[in-house]
Amino acid sequence: MQSQTYNYKVVRQFAIMTVVWGIVGMLVGVIAAAQLVWPELNVAEWLHFGRLRPLHTNAVIFAFGGCALFATSYYCVQRTCHTPLFAPGLAAFTFWGWQLVILLAAITLPLGYTSGKEYAELEWPIDILITLVWVSYALVFFGTVATRKTTHIYVANWFYGAFILTVALLHLVNSAEVPVSLTKSYSAYAGVQDAMIQWWYGHNAVGFFLTAGFLGMMYYFVPKQAGRPVYSYRLSVVHFWALIFTYMWAGPHHLHYTALPDWTQSIGMVFSLILLAPSWGGMINGIMTLSGAWHKLRTDPILKFLITSLSFYGMSTFEGPMMSIKTVNALSHYTDWTVGHVHSGALGWVAMVSIGAMYYLIPRMYGKTEMYSTKLITTHFWIATIGIVLYIASMWISGVMQGLMWRATNPDGTLTYSFVESVKASYPFWTIRVVGGLLFLLGMVIMFYNMVKTIAGQKAYDAPVLAPAGAHA
Amino acid sequence: MEINDARIVVTVLGFVCFIAISLWAYSKRASKGFEEAALLPFGEDDLPSPATGRQTKEGNQNG
Repeated sequence: MQSQTYNYKVVRQFAIMTVVWGIVGMLVGVIAAAQLVWPELNVAEWLHFGRLRPLHTNAVIFAFGGCALFATSYYCVQRTCHTPLFAPGLAAFTFWGWQLVILLAAITLPLGYTSGKEYAELEWPIDILITLVWVSYALVFFGTVATRKTTHIYVANWFYGAFILTVALLHLVNSAEVPVSLTKSYSAYAGVQDAMIQWWYGHNAVGFFLTAGFLGMMYYFVPKQAGRPVYSYRLSVVHFWALIFTYMWAGPHHLHYTALPDWTQSIGMVFSLILLAPSWGGMINGIMTLSGAWHKLRTDPILKFLITSLSFYGMSTFEGPMMSIKTVNALSHYTDWTVGHVHSGALGWVAMVSIGAMYYLIPRMYGKTEMYSTKLITTHFWIATIGIVLYIASMWISGVMQGLMWRATNPDGTLTYSFVESVKASYPFWTIRVVGGLLFLLGMVIMFYNMVKTIAGQKAYDAPVLAPAGAHA
Repeated sequence: MEINDARIVVTVLGFVCFIAISLWAYSKRASKGFEEAALLPFGEDDLPSPATGRQTKEGNQNG
């Protein structure tokens, strides 16, 4: 008992792979962005935009984001429950299983094997592997919570838990499919039901994979790095339940002006608008945690990452409800505005909070108190921030421009512009996007260098498990 | 009962449930537990101390 240590090995593995997959996923994104500007770059069928784009989304969401969520949830749940991970063998399986899923995605997507569902493109044998890994993840996580030595379950674990449960549900329902061969399957649903289930899945993948999970990260790492407890714990409880009760309904806003019944579209819009409240509640709770210690922002680049991520979270969760309003959506849908919105969430919120958490975790995994170079973290922060601003500002402008061009009509009712004219007008903004993406990627390469220098010559470190404060007596 | 009545009941119950949770969260009764829970990340210092931690080539030693 005396010498019991936390299971840091699996955290270490996932943390390192977060940085590695971040570079890979963002590199593919930069290539895809460049292909839009220079179509000659579509050199071979398996490197064509249509195949690289799902590879990019899968790599950044599930490989980069997924590894970050595994690493931080395993770290947080052990330390706030004062007990090592439940079933360490299963925990190891989640690491190797998840890496295998990523590897299979990297092979099958460029080869053109896809079930055609956005963010759920992987074919049925890989879907089964994902299910096995996810059930193991749930067993490890909830097993750890169940064997905790503390009275309370810290709020971050509630968010992580909701993320794990909901993603399991989403994956099982949306991936229901009829296999016709080893590499091809068809959805179990048809027509508008299929579309609705797809976007119930798609939006809740955003809501629970990319939001609830990363909010768990926020509720642990912001207080830790700021050195003070969360601003309002009761607000975090209300925040949690408000998010749980509303997110599930927002999916139909992806299907405005389609064959989906009008009332369903309206429900999706109303719930998307309601979502602004819990989202901003969470953002305020995170940012206000720093109240009284604002000066730390000046010197601590990890806090800069974490607090800026919350600002982007607030910005994109304001933009999202606005875009779900049907009349706004009539302008924004199918344009680059959507792409800009997604990236202000994905780069600004998800990537920045993950990067901050990794800079916190990585030295601690190797018995050090900080990264090799704090200066390089600051450099990374500014390069990444400029990259995001270039990316989203160019997409806003091109998106609104495209929307206006597509809807412009002449007095006689004919369209003012052909589609290809809007493509031509978009080129300058697509070029700016490539620059923004390249800067963000460069920041990740700097992070990789910093990580290698931090780890070099260090031995892996496992912290001892201590009894919770209340249990000392 | 028609299926739509069941849907209405579930929706209203969900709303009532959320209001109840909110009232409970802002009640005096809950605040002591919340204070304790908010300190959970700070129960112990997680900066490495070589005297108590274990540094190995493999790292993970707990079975």
